[in-house]
Amino acid sequence: MSNASHSSISKGVDWMVIWLYAILVFIGILCIFMVEYNPDKFTAASFFTFNTNYSKQLLFAGICVLLAIFILLSDSKLYTAFANLFYVFGIALMLATFVLGKDINGSKSWIPLGGGFNLQPAELCKIFTALALSKYLSQLDTDFSKTKSQVIAAAIAMSPAVLSVLQHEAGLALAYLSFFIVMYREGLPGAILVIGFSFGALVVATLLIEPNTLAIVLTLIAAGTVYFMRRQVRRNRNLLIIIIGVWVLCVGIQRFAVPYIFNNVFECYQSQRIYNAIGKDYDCSQNSTTQKEEANSKTVKKPDDYNVRQSKIAIGSGGILGKGFLKGTQTRGKYVPEQHTDFIFTSLGEAFGFVGCFIFLGLYLMLLLRIIFIAERQRSAFSRVYAYCIASILFFHITVNVCMTIGLFPIIGIPLPLISYGGSSLLTFTVLIFILVRLDADRQMVLR
Amino acid sequence: MPVYNQSRSRVIQLIFIAVFIVITAQLLNLQLFSSEYTIQAENNAIYRKVVYPDRGIIYDRKMRAILENTIMYDLMVTPNETRGSDTFTLCTILGIDTAEYRKRMVTAIIKNTSYKPSAFAPLVNQEIYARLNENMYKFPGFFLTERPVRTYPYSVAANVLGYVGEVDTTYLRKHKADGYQMGDYAGITGLESSYEKVLMGQRGVKRSIRDNKNRIQGSYENGAFDTAALAGRNLYSSMDVELQQLAEKLLGSKIGSAVAINPKTGGILAMATSPTYDPNMLTGSERRKNYGRLVLDTARPLLNRAIKGQYPPGSTFKPMGALVALDEGIITPAYGYPCGGAYYACGRPVKCEHHDAGHAASLRLALSHSCNSYFSNVFRMAIDNPAYKTPQEGYLKWKEYMNAFGLGVRLNIDLPSEDRGNIPDTSGYNRDFGGTHWNSCNILTLGIGQDRMLATPLQLANAMCFIANKGYYYTPHFVDSIENENIDDSVYLGKYRRKHQVTNISAEDFDAVQLAMLDVTLSGTAVGARIDGIDICAKTGTAQNPHGKNHSLFVAFAPKDNPRIAIAVVVENAGFGSTWAAPIASLMMEKYLNDTISAKRLPEVDRISKADLIPAAIKHWYAVKDSIKLAKLAKQIDADKAPTFENTIDNKKHTFDPEAEPNRKDDDNSDTGKAKSPAIKPSEKQLKKPSNKK
Repeated sequence: MSNASHSSISKGVDWMVIWLYAILVFIGILCIFMVEYNPDKFTAASFFTFNTNYSKQLLFAGICVLLAIFILLSDSKLYTAFANLFYVFGIALMLATFVLGKDINGSKSWIPLGGGFNLQPAELCKIFTALALSKYLSQLDTDFSKTKSQVIAAAIAMSPAVLSVLQHEAGLALAYLSFFIVMYREGLPGAILVIGFSFGALVVATLLIEPNTLAIVLTLIAAGTVYFMRRQVRRNRNLLIIIIGVWVLCVGIQRFAVPYIFNNVFECYQSQRIYNAIGKDYDCSQNSTTQKEEANSKTVKKPDDYNVRQSKIAIGSGGILGKGFLKGTQTRGKYVPEQHTDFIFTSLGEAFGFVGCFIFLGLYLMLLLRIIFIAERQRSAFSRVYAYCIASILFFHITVNVCMTIGLFPIIGIPLPLISYGGSSLLTFTVLIFILVRLDADRQMVLR
Repeated sequence: MPVYNQSRSRVIQLIFIAVFIVITAQLLNLQLFSSEYTIQAENNAIYRKVVYPDRGIIYDRKMRAILENTIMYDLMVTPNETRGSDTFTLCTILGIDTAEYRKRMVTAIIKNTSYKPSAFAPLVNQEIYARLNENMYKFPGFFLTERPVRTYPYSVAANVLGYVGEVDTTYLRKHKADGYQMGDYAGITGLESSYEKVLMGQRGVKRSIRDNKNRIQGSYENGAFDTAALAGRNLYSSMDVELQQLAEKLLGSKIGSAVAINPKTGGILAMATSPTYDPNMLTGSERRKNYGRLVLDTARPLLNRAIKGQYPPGSTFKPMGALVALDEGIITPAYGYPCGGAYYACGRPVKCEHHDAGHAASLRLALSHSCNSYFSNVFRMAIDNPAYKTPQEGYLKWKEYMNAFGLGVRLNIDLPSEDRGNIPDTSGYNRDFGGTHWNSCNILTLGIGQDRMLATPLQLANAMCFIANKGYYYTPHFVDSIENENIDDSVYLGKYRRKHQVTNISAEDFDAVQLAMLDVTLSGTAVGARIDGIDICAKTGTAQNPHGKNHSLFVAFAPKDNPRIAIAVVVENAGFGSTWAAPIASLMMEKYLNDTISAKRLPEVDRISKADLIPAAIKHWYAVKDSIKLAKLAKQIDADKAPTFENTIDNKKHTFDPEAEPNRKDDDNSDTGKAKSPAIKPSEKQLKKPSNKK
C-alpha cells in the first residue's frame, strides 16, 4: 500500500518546481536566521525551541511538507469539483472577518485561531480565487471573447480585493490585480492592459510634472492626434468626440482626480510613500486626514522615508559580493524595520551582494518560467489557467516586494513569497504551488 | 481555442523577464555604482572609539617617578535610566542643589541624548568617590568610570613638568596631522608639551557595531580593523627631585629662580622658580578654578623665571669679561688697576664697593673683590682694542664672544618658550646715538653686567658650566634618555649630546679665572657660601634694576677640579648677592655633593626658607585680594540671613565671581572701599551663626 502510494506521489511530478520551492524555503529560513542572529544568545538548539522566528518558520516549513504530501496524495478532480465551493467558503470567511476580526497593526483582517496563531482569510482567498477563476474560464460554455464573461471573470477575481480594501489591507487587495495577467492570457483584449499601463503612466506623470505643464503637453498631444487623423476625423465625427473625451478625461484625472485621491482618500503616510518611490516629497499639510487631526490639536508626525532609506542603505552597502553570511552590519544593528517580513530581501542583499541577489532573482525567474512552461503543456484549460494564476500571483508579489525594498515602488505590506517570515504566507504559497504540481502530474487528464 | 492565444504566453514571459531586468539594473545602480550607501551604512552601524593609551612617566635621575598617572573617576549618567534615583542623597554628596542637578541633566540630554551616557560630575575626588561608591545602589542610571589623570607625587617642578589640558581650536589647527580631536588632552607647557609626541603614545581605534538605538552590539569583524593603543614612552630626566624640593623650599616667600646643572652632561639637576604652585592643582576637578586663580596672580606663578626671567647679570658677568680680555691678550692675570673707589675715566664715575688701595692689583684680587673699576677698564680695553679699527668692530667681536658663551641667544633647552636674554646689537646703539657716534664710554656698564645686558638664570648657570669645563658645554636639558629610544628620537635628544666648544680660550686663561673665583668663597665677597672640604668657584652679583631694590645673584660651580654642579641663583629685589642668593646656592651644592646638609647648617635652611622677600607692591595686591574675599564673605553671611530664596542664589553666585570673572576685579575694589564700614557690622552680628554650626 505504502509502496503504491509512494509511486503514485512521485509519478509525473515536476521535480524542478519542487526543488526550486525547497531551495527558496531554505533560503528564506536562512535569511530570517541572519536577521535574528545574536552571537551572544545563539546555540544550535535555538533552531528547535520555537521561540525565535527562524525556528517558527522551520516549524511552518515542516507543516508545509506535511500539507504538500497531503495535496500530492489527493485527487486532482477534487479541485475542479470543489473550486466554486471553496470560493464561496473563502468569501464567507472574509465576510466573517468583519465580525470576528482582530485588529493587528491597524488592519482588521485577521481571525484569531487561538494559541497565538491568527488566520488572514485574504491570504487564503488567493487559492480559492485562483481555483474559481480557473474553473470559470475552463467551462465549456464560457466564451471569454464576450464582454459578459470578461466582467464575470473580473468580478470573481476582484470581489476578495474589494473586501480586502474594506479591511484596510490595500496591499493584499493589490495582489488580486495580478489575475488580469491570467485573463490577458485567456483572451482579455490587450487594449485593456494598454489602457491600464497608460493610466499608470498618467498618474506617475501627474506626480512628476508640474500640473500646468502636463495639461499643456496633453492638449498638444490631443491636437496633434486630431491633426494627423484629420482625414478619418472628417469622415467620422465620432472619432473627434472620442479624442476630445479622452483628452478631457486625462486632464480631469491629472488636474482633479489624482490630487483629490492623494489629499483626501489616502492618508498622509500613503501619499508620502508613493511620492518617495518616485523621489519626491509630499506636503502633508494638504492632506485632509492630517488637517482633521491637526484640527483636533494632535501634532502629526511627518512620516519620512526612513524605511526605504535604510533598506536601500542595507542593500547598497552589500556591494558586489556582499559582506558575508551573518556579517551584515545593518542587519545586526536592526536598522531596517520589519526586516524579517516585508524587508527580508535587504538581509540577502547586504550579506551576499549583487551576485547573491542576481542568483536569487534568477531562481525566482526560473520558477516563474517553469510554471509558464508547465501551463502551456496542460491538456485541460483548468490546469493551464490555474498555472497562470500561480505565476501571476508569484510574479506580482516578487516584483512589488523587491521593487519596494530597492526604492522603485511605494511601500506596501506585501511579503516575499516563500522567503518572508509568516505562516499564512508560506502555507498559502505552498498550497498554491503544490496544487499545481498535483494538477500537472495529471496533465494527460482533461479536467472540467 | 488555447492555440488562439498561444503568442500571449510569450508576451507574458517577456514581461516577466523585462521586469527582472529592471530590478537587476536598479540593484546594479545601488550595489555597484553608488558608493554613498556603503558610507552611510558605515556611519550607521560602525562606532569608532578612540582608545587612549597611558601617558609616559617622567623619572628623575634616581629613577623616582616625578610625573605619573593615576585613576580618577567620572560620575556618568544615562538620563533615561535615572527613574527612582535618590536625587537628594546624590546632591548632598556632590554638594549641589536640585536646580544644578536639573541643569546638568538637561545639559547631558542635549549633549548626548538620554539614551547615551554623559559625564555628570567629572573627576570626583577620592572622598566623594568613596561616598558615591557605597551609595551607588541608590542611583540607577548613574555609574562611575575610570579616567586616567596625571599626578605629581612630589608636588614639585610645576613649571618644568608642565600640565596637560584640553586642546582648543588653535591647537587643533596647528596639529592637524596628529589626529587630535576636540576634547582630547595634550601637554600645554613644560616637558609635557616638549615631549608630547613621546609621552602621548599611539592612540588605538576600536570599531564596534551599534544598533539602531546606538547600543554596542559587539566588535566589528572581530577586531580585524582595530589598532591597539601603544602606551606613551617614559622619560628619564636628569632632575634630582630632592635637590628640586630643597631649591623650591629655599626660594619660598621670595621671587626668583635657581638653576643647577651637571656641567659634565648639561643635564639640569634642579630648576626652581618662585613663586610656584602645586602641579596637582591643575589635574583634578578644580582645574579650571585653580588655573584662573594662578593666571590672575600678580606674582605670576605660571612664569618659569629660570628661562623667562631676564635679569641684568651684574657682577656675575665679570668672570666672562675677564675671559674675553685674557683671550684677546689685552691683559694678563697679573694686570692690575689702581681703583680708588670709582671709575672716573668716562666722566660720570662708576662706583666701586672697595676703596682700599691694591684691592684690584691683579685679576685674582679684582675678581674676588668684584672691583667695578677694574672690569670697566678691561671692558673698554676690549672694545677699543687697537686690533680693530673702530669701537663698533671691537664691540662686535666682544658680542661674538658673548653669543658663544650662550648669552643673548636661546640655548634650546627642552622646555617651550625660552627667552634669549639680551646682548645688545650695534643697531640699537646706532639708532640711539644717531649712527656710530658711540664709543666704549657710552656702553661702559656692559662690562659689569649692567646697561642693556640681560640674561636668564639658565644662561648664567650654563656660563658656569663652560667655565667649570674649561671651554665647552652641553646644551642644558632635562631629558637624558627616552624609553626604547630609536633613531627618530634624535630629533629630541641629538642636540643635547653635542659638545659646544666655546671659542678657543686656552686652559691657562680658564685656570686664572677659576682661581680668582675660588678666592671669592675663600676670601672674597662670598665667604659665607663656603662648604667644608669642597672648593667652590663662585661669583656674587648685585644687579641694579629699574624695578626697585637690587637683585641678589650668585653663580658657582664645584668642586673646582672635578666640577659636578654648576649653579645660578637669582632672588629678585633682595639686595646683595652674598646675603640671599649665595647661601641658597651653597646649601643646594652641599645637598647635591654631600647628599645631605650638615646638621649645623640645617637652621640656615629654615631661616632662608622662611625669609619673606616679596616686594611690598605684590604683598599689597594679595592684601587687597584677601580683603575683597572677606568683604564677599561678610556679604554672603548677611544674605544667608535674608529670607527670600532669590537673594541667596544671587549672593552665592557673587562669591564665586572673582575666579570666574577676572574683569570685574577693578569694580570690586571700589565696591569694597565703599562697603567697608557696613560690611564689618553684619560680620560682627553673624559671629553667632558660624559658632552655632559647630
